[in-house]
Amino acid sequence: MAKEFVKGNEAIGKAAILAGLDCYFGYPITPQSEIPEYLSAELPKVGKVFLQAESEVAAINMVYGAAGTGVRVMTSSSSPGVSLKLEGISYMAGAELPCVIVNIQRGGPGLGNIAPEQGDYFQATKGGGHGNYRLIVLAPDSGQEMADFTMHAFNLAEKYRTPVMLLGDGYLGQMKEAVEFKTPERIKTDMSWTIGNQEKNGHQVISSIDIEPEILEQRNLRLLAKYKEIQKTEVMYENFMTDDAELIVVAYGITSRVARSAVEVARQQGLKVGLFRPKTLFPFPKNELKNLTSRVKKVLVCELSTGQMVEDVKLNSACDADVYFYGRCGGVVPSDLELVEQFKKISEGKGVIWE
Amino acid sequence: MKTVYERPKSLNDRYFHYCPGCGHGVVHKLIAEVVDELGIQGKTIGVAPVGCSVFAYWYYDFDFSQAAHGRAPAVATGIKRAKPGSVVFSYQGDGDLAAIGTAEIIHAANRGENITVIFINNAIYGMTGGQMAPTTLVGQKASTAPLGRNPQNEGYPIRVCELLSSLTGPTYLERTAVTTPAEITKTKKALKKAFQNQLDGAGFSLVEILSQCPTNWGVKPVDGTKFIKEQMMPVFPLGVYKDISEERKGGK
Repeated sequence: MAKEFVKGNEAIGKAAILAGLDCYFGYPITPQSEIPEYLSAELPKVGKVFLQAESEVAAINMVYGAAGTGVRVMTSSSSPGVSLKLEGISYMAGAELPCVIVNIQRGGPGLGNIAPEQGDYFQATKGGGHGNYRLIVLAPDSGQEMADFTMHAFNLAEKYRTPVMLLGDGYLGQMKEAVEFKTPERIKTDMSWTIGNQEKNGHQVISSIDIEPEILEQRNLRLLAKYKEIQKTEVMYENFMTDDAELIVVAYGITSRVARSAVEVARQQGLKVGLFRPKTLFPFPKNELKNLTSRVKKVLVCELSTGQMVEDVKLNSACDADVYFYGRCGGVVPSDLELVEQFKKISEGKGVIWE
Repeated sequence: MKTVYERPKSLNDRYFHYCPGCGHGVVHKLIAEVVDELGIQGKTIGVAPVGCSVFAYWYYDFDFSQAAHGRAPAVATGIKRAKPGSVVFSYQGDGDLAAIGTAEIIHAANRGENITVIFINNAIYGMTGGQMAPTTLVGQKASTAPLGRNPQNEGYPIRVCELLSSLTGPTYLERTAVTTPAEITKTKKALKKAFQNQLDGAGFSLVEILSQCPTNWGVKPVDGTKFIKEQMMPVFPLGVYKDISEERKGGK
């Protein structure tokens, strides 16, 4: 199939429609507004629902309502907007409702700015809202993966009856790249729990409340079992030139693109560096990183943050591996040569171990 | 023997958990009767709020979705847009609808969302234990307004029907009460119309019902209706605040 030259945000919109998106509810915020703009034009053409909500809070609750009926539903936002959605996301995780949530991250905290950052890693991967829940978090590194992971996200959401987050950033959202839109495979799942289908399903209730402590504990344990299954089954990652590496750089999303270039430059200079790229942030590729760091003892984590994923890397690296960190934030993105400097420092024993 | 009255089909055979003298049970029954009379049990979806009626779905034999506090109109919007053939109603109290959910109700009304909203106004927070509501009367005591609501500090009671009637979007807004058999009959009529409007594609309908909460008002159950008549009705006059149901029929 021919490739199309599109913005990352538009790639998400188009992929979602191809994946069978039925309803989109959202609220404008930079740098993700191309998603609702694209869908407001395209969804009505295929007889599907687009609605601009009065707030992020309303948007995620419209998603909650629609998801209960079993349709494919999505919302998108950027960092401050996702903070507003957390209440609804917690309710959806509790009520076990499938949906896709896109976060095109920008600078924070607070109003921050509209430049790219990866400061929402904790919020995305550790739950974010109240209660014991996790989201499946996919981290695309390109326009192509924005499209592919969007399609994958809908299937994961339905397979596990859980919200799935696509965690991008302002660069990935705004950057134009050549994208091939594949024909998605749609999985078939049990939909007998949905409301609005009483002829088939009988009387159903969508809820996250269990007034009896023992019953709520059971719900939490059911969620836990689901997350364990996801951890076992759905990990995605990439190794790039790690076979003979003496130092590995761990990066996701846009930062992994810079890191990949840095690895290539470093190799030309005789430094044996490789890249380990988590494609899923939850489930984090724990075992794969542990295996790799049983051999490679120097690990540099690069993020557009002051240090978030580095905690998971430290937790899941071999005990005797040295973990270093290099981050830029506020919208500042390191260059490949900047990272090569870091590689050199570490190789020369001048790196500072992350604590 | 001739049956003159029986439990509505849509209402489960189960005791209500509400306090003696509470208005929720009466309104629940009226909704079930209306759903039965319109023959829509198989396609009705209720949206339950946070508040005393959080477990409203225990009592109905049709689909329900629980909503976060105040978000019922947004949840109802999502359901109705996804399943336009369903009949969707939200059931909300005054804290839910007129405080934390103010944005959601105004915008659902303003979009003319083709849903039915049942708004229980009892001028107090029930489930959390008698705290001040947006509809609490001036001077009325609440557990967070122990000396009575003071407008200098807490402002004035919000009149939802009057507020929404300034919008172009809504189709039908009426305030009723469940104080006497006559008022209960009027309430049922209003509810039936609010559901019928949705079936007709006529758009947004809201029925505000002045309802008793003797427990949190600190009065005997039998004195609940007296409180509504003497204290609430002067502030919240009963009546139709907007009705363009006829011209909106068929989604106009």
